[in-house]
Parts: sequence; structure tokens; C-alpha cells
Amino acid sequence: MKYTKDHEWLKIEGDIATIGITEYAAEALGELVYVELPKVGNSYKKHDAFAVVESSKSASDVYIPIAGEVVAVNEALNSAPELINQSSYKDGWIAKVKFIGESELDENMDENAYKDFLSKL
Amino acid sequence: MKITALNKTHIGQGAKMVEFAGYDMPVQYAEGMLKEHEWTRQGNVGVFDVSHMGQFYIEGANVAQFLSKITPTDFTLSTNFLAKYTVLTNEEGGIIDDLIITKINDEKFFIVLNAGCKEKDANWIRKNLEKNLQFNELENRSLIAVQGSKAQQILQSMLKNGNLSELAYMNLGYYHLKNNQEVIISRTGYTGEDGFEVSIENSIAENFWLELCKNNEVKPIGLGARDSLRLEMGYPLYGHDLDDSTSPVEAGISWVISKSNTNFIGANRVLKEKVDGVKRKRTGVKLLERGVAREGCEVRKFGKKIGILSSGGFSPTLKISIGQGYFDPQLVKLGDEVSVVIRDREVLAVIAPINFVEAKTKAIKK
Repeated sequence: MKYTKDHEWLKIEGDIATIGITEYAAEALGELVYVELPKVGNSYKKHDAFAVVESSKSASDVYIPIAGEVVAVNEALNSAPELINQSSYKDGWIAKVKFIGESELDENMDENAYKDFLSKL
Repeated sequence: MKITALNKTHIGQGAKMVEFAGYDMPVQYAEGMLKEHEWTRQGNVGVFDVSHMGQFYIEGANVAQFLSKITPTDFTLSTNFLAKYTVLTNEEGGIIDDLIITKINDEKFFIVLNAGCKEKDANWIRKNLEKNLQFNELENRSLIAVQGSKAQQILQSMLKNGNLSELAYMNLGYYHLKNNQEVIISRTGYTGEDGFEVSIENSIAENFWLELCKNNEVKPIGLGARDSLRLEMGYPLYGHDLDDSTSPVEAGISWVISKSNTNFIGANRVLKEKVDGVKRKRTGVKLLERGVAREGCEVRKFGKKIGILSSGGFSPTLKISIGQGYFDPQLVKLGDEVSVVIRDREVLAVIAPINFVEAKTKAIKK
């Protein structure tokens, strides 16, 4: 799993990246009450805002960490946005993206680097 | 930043602190706003530190006449210990603040007003104050709201004397805690639940708060849930839903205007509007689709802008987003389909009664 400075995570399987937000981000946002999912088939450039997560206090954009096309979204979040709080790295995934530009993956942090990044916040 | 006497207590209880009206206040505790909201709404008791609000005594002969001049409410007809929600109006009939004024006796009233307006209100009242009146802040007192269906039972257990079952809604009394300290208790609140607001000396506030929190039915609740609780009730929040240009008629709180009171400051506009009607009135909006409507969101009817939301958020009780805003009553009626624009997307909504959830306070009688 890889992590971004904007607190997204991505898990790579072949040319598909599953994307979510980290536990740290979920905790900071508070209990989520709404997730605006991207549309399947939409393509995004790296760092485009492609989803929105809303807690009772605020709305935050989720930035796509890698360019690509959305091939699946987590429909379960429509009725249970709190899955992101309860299971940030598993049941709370947001979208699967067929990515282009594999080299961009290297710009993301691994778990140790992300932990180190968090410790300095 | 200013702090309340309970500042360290909140931090010790795991609160996330934010700045609100110049005070460092708990926005939520560890469990979060949704759970705190549900805890208060669904049969337990939430305790809220509202000590940032201003508490004042105003005293002197003819004080009731003075209060009937600075608000649309006739206080000369009030009875002892009756708390009244009303507004301070300016010369133009706009709302300077909304507040609770309780008659203690013919020559003494107790006032509780918003933290963010404290200075503005005090300046306004002092500017208009008649020479024989004294207006003094109770600077060394905290204010703790105890809200929820078990509030009476919990608070009663802390008292040495008196029977809270005899304290009717919107009434106030002086009581003693078990340690003999005097507290002022009124059966008021801003959650729609049965509950009380306790005015207590700063020096014993922490002890009282922690004793309350020892009960299994009691949890401390932050400003976040306080806001969603009041939003569900359709109560206005000053600075968002009310301001210096908005009249009580526009705000939909014409009931604060006493028929017998015609000479209050700003009466010209307010009384005219009461007869002729208004061009904009505070109204509820309920989303029919998912999404969170927030303050500032545009509201459209047939694709055309009809106003913006003055408040909005997610209702944990209804599990849908709700809000309030000002709309032309000629243009929108209850039940009308509208849309709320959230991030450039029109989300389907309906014009709804502003009290989205039934208040449980009305049933409380002596």
C-alpha cells in the first residue's frame, strides 16, 4: 500500500489502483455523513478532486493520487459513509482506478515513510 | 483567547477544542458529534458548557418598562420567575441579538445572551439605560445546560432542596446543591429536549460538572452536536440566521411581539411588517437526496435562485440534510420542490416546516 501527503492510500493490483483515505484523515474529519463518489467511466488527471467526503462539520475533497479512469466505486458508502471511519483501509475504499503512468507511483510514500510524515505533522 | 472555568476539564475529558465567539470551546469529545447528538436526543442526558454566554442582572424601579422598550416583549405583564425568549431590536427593527430574559421580581430581571454579541449588547443596553437602572454582568458564573429526557432525574439527585418536577418549562428557581451552594436553575435549553440551564459559581463549576458526568446516563456534549440539535428544532443561530438587518417578523418569531407593546425601539418597521407581511421569511429546507446542505448554499426553484441557506447541516435524527434560509413567502410555500446547489450540483429538496423534529419541551407543565 502507498500513501500520499493528502492522506489518500492506494493499493495496486496489476493496472488497477484501489483508492481510499487514511485512518488519520478519517479520524481528523470525524464521523462521515456523506460521500460523493466519482462516476464510473470518468477519467482524471493526477491530483484532480475526484470525490468528496463530508462529516457533520465539513466537506473535504479527495484527490486522485494517480491519473486514470474510474472502473468501480464503493456503492456501500452511499448508505454507510461511516465505513470509511470504521474500516479506512478495507471496507471504506472509495474507488478503483485503471491507472496510466506507472512511474508516478514512485512519488507516493510507503507505510514507514507515511508514518514518519505523520509524526512530523 | 478567552476560556471558561471548565476549559481544563474539557481537555481532560478528551474534547477537541475550537475557537467560538472568542472562546476556546469543546466542539466535540472523543465519541464525536453524531453520537453526542443521538445520546442527547435518544433518552439520555447531555451536559453542555455554555458559560461563554453572557449572564446579567438588570435592576431598578421600572425595569420592566425599560425591557419593554428595548425588546418587542411586554415585560410589565410578566410573572415572577417566567423566562421569555425575545430579541433586542435596533432603530431599524433589526435584531441586535436573541436572548432570554427572566423576571425575578418587579425590580430585577436575569438576562442570558449570546457570547458573540456580549459586548455589542452590553454597549447597546448601557447606551439606552435609564439612570435609575443597574446593569451588571455576573462575571464569576458558569452556565451549564443539562439536556435530555432524564435531565430532571439527574439534576434532582444533585440538589439538597426543591422539587424540579414543580419547575415548569421556561421557569426559573433558586436551589441549593447538596453542599449548600446556591445555583440558579431554569427549565430552558436550545436542544428541543426537556432540560435545564444551571448558573453556578465558577469556583464550584468543575466539581458540579464532573459529578454530573459520573452518572452513566450523562455525557459531555460539544458545540457541534449543540448546533445539529438546535438546527433540527428550527431554532435560529445569531450571526447566521439572524442579524442586525433581519426583523423578528422576517425571522418567523413574531410571537415575541406582545400586542400590548407598541413603543419598543424599531416598532415602526416591525409592527408594519406584522400587518403587511414581509418579502423574506425564515423557512425550513429539507433535502430529498443525499448530500449535505450548508450555510451559503444557493436555493433554486425552477432553476432560478430564490435565496441562500443561512444554516444547514446533517440531521442525525432524520438521516438527511436540513437547513433554513430566507425566501419570499409569495414565491415559496410549504411542500414546494426546490433544489439546493451543492458544489455546482442541484440536489432535490423541499420547503418544509422549520421544526424538523418535534420539541419535547411543550409537554412539560407544572
